[in-house]
Amino acid sequence: MAVQLLSGNEAIAQAAWEAGCALGVGYPGTPSTETLENLVLKEDCHCEWSPNEKVALEVGIGASLGGLRSLVTMKHVGLNVAADPLMSVCNAGVNGGLVILAADDPSCHSSQNEQDSRVYADFARILCLDPSDSAEAYEYTREAFDLSERFDVPVMLHETMRIAHTKSLVELTGERTEVEPKDYVEDISKWVMMPAIAVQRRAAADKRTQELIAYAETSPLNRIEMRDSSLGIICAGAVYEHVREALPEASTLKLGITWPLAPELLKSFASQVDRCIVVEEASDYLSLRVKAYGIQLDSPDVSPLPIAGELSPARIRTAFGKEMPESIDVATDLPPRPPALCPGCPHRFVFTELKRMKAIVMGDIGCYTLGAVAPFRAVHSTIDMGASVSMAHGMELARASERASRPVVAVIGDSTFAHSGITSLLGTIYNAGTGTVLILDNRTTAMTGTQGNPVNGVTLSQQMTQKNPLDHPEGKAVDLIALCQAMGVEDLREVDAQNMKAVRTALSEATKNTSQLSVVIFKSPCQLIDRARGPIPEIVDCRACGQCIQIGCPAIYKDETGRAVIDSSQCVGCGQCAQTCPFGCIS
Amino acid sequence: MNTQTILLVGVGGQGTILAGKLLAHAATSSGYDVKVSEIHGMSQRGGSVNTTVRFGDDVKSMVADPGYADVIVAFEAIEALRAQHLLAPHGRMIVNDERIVPVSVSIGIADMPTDIHDRLEDLGAVLIDAGQVARDIGSPRSTNVVLVGALSRTLEISEEAWQEAIREQVPAHTIDANLKAFESGRQAMGL
Repeated sequence: MAVQLLSGNEAIAQAAWEAGCALGVGYPGTPSTETLENLVLKEDCHCEWSPNEKVALEVGIGASLGGLRSLVTMKHVGLNVAADPLMSVCNAGVNGGLVILAADDPSCHSSQNEQDSRVYADFARILCLDPSDSAEAYEYTREAFDLSERFDVPVMLHETMRIAHTKSLVELTGERTEVEPKDYVEDISKWVMMPAIAVQRRAAADKRTQELIAYAETSPLNRIEMRDSSLGIICAGAVYEHVREALPEASTLKLGITWPLAPELLKSFASQVDRCIVVEEASDYLSLRVKAYGIQLDSPDVSPLPIAGELSPARIRTAFGKEMPESIDVATDLPPRPPALCPGCPHRFVFTELKRMKAIVMGDIGCYTLGAVAPFRAVHSTIDMGASVSMAHGMELARASERASRPVVAVIGDSTFAHSGITSLLGTIYNAGTGTVLILDNRTTAMTGTQGNPVNGVTLSQQMTQKNPLDHPEGKAVDLIALCQAMGVEDLREVDAQNMKAVRTALSEATKNTSQLSVVIFKSPCQLIDRARGPIPEIVDCRACGQCIQIGCPAIYKDETGRAVIDSSQCVGCGQCAQTCPFGCIS
Repeated sequence: MNTQTILLVGVGGQGTILAGKLLAHAATSSGYDVKVSEIHGMSQRGGSVNTTVRFGDDVKSMVADPGYADVIVAFEAIEALRAQHLLAPHGRMIVNDERIVPVSVSIGIADMPTDIHDRLEDLGAVLIDAGQVARDIGSPRSTNVVLVGALSRTLEISEEAWQEAIREQVPAHTIDANLKAFESGRQAMGL
């Protein structure tokens, strides 16, 4: 036994390994990413990144059918991509234990939406476990594999960012329980979801639901803690910790199992307290389902809980009219400091040029979404992974470019292109689209922390153990030029994204070609993986024209006289500012 | 001990995460319950960042609410003011006397406040030129550990526990430089 300070994701990786998990598979996405990055470092557990979450879940289902205990990880929006296999494997069941980690991001710290993944557990009628700190993440993960096999059900392990990225103390055994792979058993009546079989499997799943409810009624993962009986709170996950801090006297029903709910347990708790209230964040998942069992829920004393965004003890105290400490007002006059493209970022010139051309830009998910912020403001839509390419085709069908007299382009990164841009491009090619698609190939999955992907060929194991894995990728890197050619793209260019004039020329030529589809691949490594640093430029006789400032580099700013100054602590010597100076003052 | 809330704020890339790690390990080895909440992903790209460390006999929530921070360590002056509402009435603020110009100011859509020092003084902040201290001892990359040294003077954690945390958490070849930076930070706080 050892006590360690672990994040929720580290605890889940440790527990999965201890539980004999032999396969980890997923797609990177905040806040889920570090789970596989920790699991891959352990022995006897193969881990890999998939091109997307649907593929990852299907790999996990195959490994489960083949007899392995498998962990599949993704962020909440990834579960939308994986929803198709989920909604059928829920009826097929498992062979080796199958655990799906769904990591939610209330308040959208690093996401395009806020969604409660537990709705999918209800939708698919699969067991859902909801830890409230790292110790529980560890305990529940170990339990999840056993429960998956015992009830023949894929298990959703649900966490939010405050569980995934909060470190707390975990007492762990540190020992792996070796689990022999189960034999593959051919069973068409369980695994082939054709109509006659699917109907029978649905009936089997419904019977299983009754067994899961019976388990949830008495499981130690659900816990009534009686304190003052005048107020009872039903809660789960990180919210439980906020409730204990804000309302220390209140009795609690802490749900470790959030699907299925245990109706008798809920009714028993409600009958023991004068007022029963559900406290949950960014969702009405629990309250709707508790009410559906006919349980009368009360409201907080002063104001309703917020319907969106993360909860905190302060937000709960406010709703319940509890005393708050004195605090200084928020300073509202400070210059904002949102995330920005890094100094040396190879995406920068693409966006300065798109802005100059007044292009309408269909964007995508990645660092380059930051092309939407000042000074660029050159990304005009971001919906989901791969949408840039297909939305640009839709804009073409709407004749948006002609009517606005502005070029329409799609901007998508290498990893996102592999994730779901390829099928989008296929749709444009198939339907004879003539738009412009820009693939920003920075050789890595940058936003989530420079992961390997099918375009750079770097494997997950390599990414975690080697210094410059890009030099000798162990996986097979797809050749984007050959891929586009094979798909039928004729107007195709590869351009150095760090050369401003080349970027300008390529964008001009590609958008002027309105008779056929144009694809431009901007191939330059992300500054987070390419550590080659040039000398810090010198500025001589600055004319204070401000051109270099307008590229939005965090390492260059104006002094009191309006002249450009380089912040040598941040500058990486990329030379982008020198290329923009019309007077040649930066060298 | 009642839960102590320590907030480390700065700009992505300044080393707030390592500082949080050192505090968390020093608090853990001192026998406290500990929670550390970090921000990863998009928010890290050169934007404002924060790490919350809470420790005590039994820590519940992992977030820092307005009016609850016992100590705020700001790695950059504007970020200190951005976090001012989180400071407890009795709270202390330690500020690295450095400014990193936000892109919003460079491109002319926002202005730097002109009264940063006055406002920090009103907050009772202790200003330390941690970058200069780190350069003076010949390890310019240890600015964050200088600030950790300053922080250590405000908490009930022994000097030995801090030194142990440094030995465990920094790369082996930088242990001596970081121990020196820590000591310099402790002295700077005493002046």
